[in-house]
Amino acid sequence: MTKARIDARFAALKAEGRAAFVTYIMAGDPDYATGLEILKGLPAAGADVIEVGFPFSDPMAEGPPIQRAALRALDNGMTLSKTLAMIAEFRQGDQTTPIILMGYANPLINRGFETFARDAGHAGVDGLIVVDIPPEEADPLADALDAEQLSLLLLSTPTSDDARLKVILRRTSGFAYYVSVAGVTGVKEADADIVAPHVERVRAASGLPVAVGFGIKTPERAAAIARVADGVVVGSALVEEIATGLAMNESVTDRVLSKVESLAKAVRSARVESLTV
Amino acid sequence: MKLQSPVNAPAKPNDYTAYPDAAGRFGDFGGRYVPETLMPLVHDLDAAYSAAKADPAFQAELSSFLTHYVGRPSPLYYAERLTEHFGGAKIYLKREELNHTGSHKINNCMGQILLARRMGKTRIIAETGAGQHGVATATVCARFGLPCVVYMGAVDVERQKPNVFRMNLLGAQVEPVTSGSATLKDAMNEALRDWVTNVHDTYYLIGTAAGMHPYPAMVRDFQSVIGQETRRQVMEMEGRLPDAVVACVGGGSNAIGLFHPFLNDEGVQLFGVEAAGEGMETGKHAAAINGGRPGVLHGNMTYLLQDGEGQITEAHSISAGLDYPGIGPEHSWLHDVGRATYLTATDTESLDAFKLCAELEGILPAIESAHALARLPDVAKQVGKGGIVVLNLSGRGDKDVATVAAHLGRTI
Repeated sequence: MTKARIDARFAALKAEGRAAFVTYIMAGDPDYATGLEILKGLPAAGADVIEVGFPFSDPMAEGPPIQRAALRALDNGMTLSKTLAMIAEFRQGDQTTPIILMGYANPLINRGFETFARDAGHAGVDGLIVVDIPPEEADPLADALDAEQLSLLLLSTPTSDDARLKVILRRTSGFAYYVSVAGVTGVKEADADIVAPHVERVRAASGLPVAVGFGIKTPERAAAIARVADGVVVGSALVEEIATGLAMNESVTDRVLSKVESLAKAVRSARVESLTV
Repeated sequence: MKLQSPVNAPAKPNDYTAYPDAAGRFGDFGGRYVPETLMPLVHDLDAAYSAAKADPAFQAELSSFLTHYVGRPSPLYYAERLTEHFGGAKIYLKREELNHTGSHKINNCMGQILLARRMGKTRIIAETGAGQHGVATATVCARFGLPCVVYMGAVDVERQKPNVFRMNLLGAQVEPVTSGSATLKDAMNEALRDWVTNVHDTYYLIGTAAGMHPYPAMVRDFQSVIGQETRRQVMEMEGRLPDAVVACVGGGSNAIGLFHPFLNDEGVQLFGVEAAGEGMETGKHAAAINGGRPGVLHGNMTYLLQDGEGQITEAHSISAGLDYPGIGPEHSWLHDVGRATYLTATDTESLDAFKLCAELEGILPAIESAHALARLPDVAKQVGKGGIVVLNLSGRGDKDVATVAAHLGRTI
C-alpha cells in the first residue's frame, strides 16, 4: 500500500526527467527547535523527499556520524512521540513533500505497531524504513502500515540476489531503496558504475522508482548516482554539517541547508549536463 | 525468597527440545532482526550449521578437539564443605572452570571455529564482556591460524586488563569500543557493524546463546555438552537425576548448556541467576527478566532493559560477563512458560559467595559464577536434605582478583 504523496512526487519528477533528491536528518538533532527549523527549510533548499530518523540507543547499522546524531538527539530528550509531533508541525506548512521515517524496531515494538501506524498516519508520515526488520520479520508491521495506507520500504543491498529481491520487494511499496555498499551508513563511497546494473535489477523486479543511499557525500557523487537512479539519498554528510556547525559555533540550520542546496543543484542538473557533455 | 514460577504462564509444550521452530522462534522470542545486508549470510549460516550438525564427521572432529584440546569431560565434584555449610541438599559443582582457557566459553568457540573453517571463512570477529569469550575465540583462532578481531567495551578493557593481554599474546587484535556505555552491548553493536561491512569473508563468532537465529540454537547445542556430561556423571555418582540445577545468566550460554538436556525432565528444577548489581530497587542492575520487558535488540526478540520509549538502558553489574541489558531468547521463553525460574544476586552477595567458595572449597570462582553460588543456599534449603543440586561453576576467578580486591578496599 502507499500514500499518494510518494507516488505523486516521483511521477512529477519523472515528468521533469530528473532524479529525486532525498535528504536524511535525525529528528531532534541537535534539539527539537533546531531540528524542526531544518526540517521546514529542506523543501525550499531542494529536498524532494525527506527521511526523518527517529533516534535509537543502539543503531547497529549506522556509522559514527549518525550514531553521534542519535546521541545528540537522545541527550536532548528526543523520542518517537516527539518525532511524530515534529512531523505534524511540518505538515501544517507542507502538504506535498513525502516524509519517510527511518529507524530501528524496538521503539516501534514498544509503542505497538498498530498504535504507531495510526499515530504516524495522523502526523503526516508517508512511509517507514526499519533497519533491523528484514522481510522474514516484516509481516506484522506491514499489516499495521497497510491498514493506515503507509508504505513500508524494505532495503535491497549488494548481497541481494534475484531470488532475494523477490522476497524483499513482496511487501515494499512507495519506492525501492538500494543500499549501495555493504556496510554501515556514511563510511564507504558508492560507485555509480557498480550501482547502475543493480538499480536496473531492482527497478525491473519492483516496477518502482529506485533510490540509492549509504555512501553519497559530495555533489559530484550525487550527480553520478542521479544519472543512473530515480533518487539519491544523502544522510551522513548532512548530519556531519550539524556536528561541524556545533563545533564551530555556527548556525547549524544554515550549514545544513546550504549543503542541501549544493547537493540538490548537482542532482537537478545531472542529466542535463550528461546530455550536453 | 520467591522460588515459584510465574502464575500466568502460557501452555507448556510437550517437547521442550523441539524449539526453536524453522523461523528461529522460541514461542514469541528469538527471530532474525538484522539488517538486510546480513540476511543472505544468516540463511547461509543456518544451512551450513544444520548440515554440520547432522554430519558425523563434523561431530567426531568436534568431539576429538573437546577431549584432547579443551580437556573434557569436566569433573562433577561433590562440594562437601559447601554442602555442610548450607545444611541442605548435596551440592555438586560442574567444573567448567577447569576447561582450557578457564571457562565454558571454549566449548562454543571450538564448535563455531570448525564451522567457520567448513564454510571457508578466513577472518573471525567476536565481542567480549569479561574477556572470557574473547580469550577463547583468540585461542581457537591461534590454533587454526585465522586472523581475529575482538570488540570489547573500553570500560571492560579497563576492568579486565589481564584478559586483554592474554588475547594479545594469542595474536588477536582487541578493539576498544567507546560508543554508548562502552560495555558488552556496545561491543556487540560494533561487531555487527564490522560484519555488515565485511560480509564476504568474515565469520562472526558470537559468544552467548543470543542474537539472530541460528546463534541461540547453535550456541546452546555446543554448550549442551555441559548438561549431557552432568546427566551421565550424576547418574554414575548418585544413581539418579538431580532435583535442581543452578547457573548464572547474562546472555545465558552456560545456563542453557546445563539446562537443555534436562528440559523434558520435569522433576529437575532449573534456576538461572541474574545480576542484581547494586540491588533491583536501585535500578542499577543487569537482570533482563526480573527487571525488563520484551523487545528487539541485536537480532532477537527477548527480555530487555529499556525505558518507556523503547531505548535500551545501561546494565550495571560488578561482573563484566553479566553486564548486558538482554538475555538469550530461549531463557525468555523458559521463563514465560514457567519451566525455569530466574532469581537475582547483588554485587555484594556475589562477592561474599566468591570468598566463601575460595575459603571452603579452595576454588576461586569467576565473579559471574559467584552470582549462582550466591543463591545456592536458598536452592539447597528449598530442595532439602537428601536432595541433589548441581551448580555450574562456569569460569575461574583469577581474572577477577583485581576487581575483588578493589571492592574489599585492598591493593595488590
